[in-house]
Amino acid sequence: MGNWAVNEGLSIFVISALALARAPAACLNFNCMLILLPVCRNLLSFLRGSSACCSTRVRRQLDRNLTFHKMVAWMIALHTAIHTIAHLFNVEWCVNARVNNSDPYSIALSELGDRPNETYLNFARKRIKMFSRSLSSSMRMCACEAWSNSGLPVTMPTSQRKLRTQSNKNPEGGLYLAVTLLAGITGVVITLCLILIITSSTKTIRRSYFEVFWYTHHLFVIFFIGLAIHGAERIVRGQTAKSLKEHNPMECENKISEWGKIQKCPIPQFAGNPPMTWKWIVGPMFLYLCERLVRFWRSQQKVVITKVVTHPFKTIELQMKKKGFKMEVGQYIFVKCPKVSKLEWHPFTLTSAPEEDFFSIHIRIVGDWTEGLFNACGCDKQEFQDAWKLPKIAVDGPFGTASEDVFSYEVVMLVGAGIGVTPFASILKSVWYKYCNNATNLKLKKIHFYWLCRDTHAFEWFADLLQLLESQMQESNNAGFLSYNIYLTGWDESQANHFAVHHDEEKDVITGLKQKTLYGRPNWDNEFKTIASQHPNTRIGVFLCGPEALAETLSKQSISNSESGPRGVHFIFNKENF
Amino acid sequence: MGQIEWAMWANEQALASGLILITGGIVATAGHFTQWYFGAYSIVAGVFVCLLEYPRGKRKKGSTMERCGQKYMTAVVKLFGPLTRNYYIRAILHLLLSVPAGFLLATILGTACLAIASGIYLLAAVRGEQWTPIEPKPRERPHVGGTIKQPPSNPPPRPPAEARKKPSEEAEAAEGPSAGPQDNPIPVTDEIV
Repeated sequence: MGNWAVNEGLSIFVISALALARAPAACLNFNCMLILLPVCRNLLSFLRGSSACCSTRVRRQLDRNLTFHKMVAWMIALHTAIHTIAHLFNVEWCVNARVNNSDPYSIALSELGDRPNETYLNFARKRIKMFSRSLSSSMRMCACEAWSNSGLPVTMPTSQRKLRTQSNKNPEGGLYLAVTLLAGITGVVITLCLILIITSSTKTIRRSYFEVFWYTHHLFVIFFIGLAIHGAERIVRGQTAKSLKEHNPMECENKISEWGKIQKCPIPQFAGNPPMTWKWIVGPMFLYLCERLVRFWRSQQKVVITKVVTHPFKTIELQMKKKGFKMEVGQYIFVKCPKVSKLEWHPFTLTSAPEEDFFSIHIRIVGDWTEGLFNACGCDKQEFQDAWKLPKIAVDGPFGTASEDVFSYEVVMLVGAGIGVTPFASILKSVWYKYCNNATNLKLKKIHFYWLCRDTHAFEWFADLLQLLESQMQESNNAGFLSYNIYLTGWDESQANHFAVHHDEEKDVITGLKQKTLYGRPNWDNEFKTIASQHPNTRIGVFLCGPEALAETLSKQSISNSESGPRGVHFIFNKENF
Repeated sequence: MGQIEWAMWANEQALASGLILITGGIVATAGHFTQWYFGAYSIVAGVFVCLLEYPRGKRKKGSTMERCGQKYMTAVVKLFGPLTRNYYIRAILHLLLSVPAGFLLATILGTACLAIASGIYLLAAVRGEQWTPIEPKPRERPHVGGTIKQPPSNPPPRPPAEARKKPSEEAEAAEGPSAGPQDNPIPVTDEIV
């Protein structure tokens, strides 16, 4: 067992494992405080709005809240593991000391509290009686004899003491502690909750079975309540200040048999340390409670679905109106449909422009909830639906950092890969509205838009949008404003034949657009060089919403195709975190 | 929750329980706790559970992400046939494995986690789920020339010279030898794009 005297004046009955358990406990206090904050999305929106003076880059960090939440969660798991393992050693050694299976010093310390007017140090108070199996070693018997000879008051005659020392087994003592002490019960329960939360939060489960993830995650309520009362029984003991004045552990360490007899070393008194964790977590718990109340209040606000459009390939568009709703380009909202599920909120990128008088989202039908919504909106029926039949919807948001940077360049390259094309719907529409309203004030003069996807099936509606923009631009004689390139990366031989046959036709066979679809992946080097030659001496913003690998490619290309001098073309890469 | 396959979550939970059993067992054994042999058992049981649960089963709907390097264990687990396919057996097995570890405080967390995993497996079994191994798909060789049995005996038909001045594109001119060199139901050219 460790050295009681060695603990920076705290004079705690230290087994080296105790320090190893208290350190992660301190870290856990901090981490549990932090973990609730990144998921208060309304609080983050408020911070984002009030920090409008700070640069976008600073505000962008708030978009990474979920990554931070996960990091802190891993830290909590790690510290819980260390804390638990250290306390396992702690309990083992404390029980051993109690059942006299340890060194005399520890045994003597454990005896403190047995007699009246004494406070205990070792929290393992009870000796579990069991039948003995074998005679214990003579060493232990000798230790006991030594004490009784030294005059320490003993409650039992020596012969009976022998029987008790032989007859105690540890695991029962440890298990008994775990179920009788508050710290034990809460410890086991909240660790179990933590493990269940972690196993249901793995990527597979989260992506495929969102409901399991979401409902199991609510075990955090039990986690936090258990955490707050975990230290309430005060079983981690330290010598009281008053006792420290009378009994100096450094001096009295070796005179344990004389404690209470000599003046320098009266029997030391101990008290438990008050629980500290609640001080750390009460603030964030309150903030989170406010967050849930705000979400609830927002969900009670009336949202009217003005239009439901079914698009091919299992996509629906919901156009809605809500009083006081203000959005920016590139933001997203959380949507709840109580008819489908009372507790689930799901995020969707806004596909409408701020200039429109409604806001819209496009939803792909891929899981339980979206299918439920599909049916609730009557999309499975062919005939026209009455407005009053549409379900009630709750909307929270909008969230996310707006991508207003797009408007601060003269020329932009917008690259959307796969589902990343969705926020660009909002951007393109907004650009178009701004152009129509006040073309001269608009700094943006030219957009090069790249759309990469395996097949356009899932985004037919976006192709329709492009078609609309194309025809509108032709009408206003500004066909050159937007040039877009669609790359289908998932073609196969049979499709290739079809394309080859219709190569010469005026409109593209897949999208119906005037600009032809291209197949395979774009040659970025060529693209950048072409654009650079078209716009010499300009700053060109490059915006991507897509996978990391593509971000790397574009970032490198931006740097390598930018000229070094202050004049000359510069590509500035912005990765969007939609 | 119509679409959920409980076995997926049970699998994650059981894998985590295996790791917790191993950790608890190492603590008990290395620390020479009293009755540390329960700890030794816990290590062995944990390793067994980890190996059994490592290969992910195939989902009924959608694609399943394999765990890294799981194909070796898939082969072994597949050998036991119905013993590993059936989730009732897995549920009972996990329940039995978890009991001895419950005698030691160091491993009791593993017991609780494995018992929960066993419960979820029972739920999965009740809903008729089964473990199917993820087989690697055989690589499809491109069937070049799969339909050509023998080389053509006639030269390819050519349209008259005037028609060749304006080539229109045609796909897949891989036609077999036609009946006659002049008669062509579909106009063909020698330009294949």
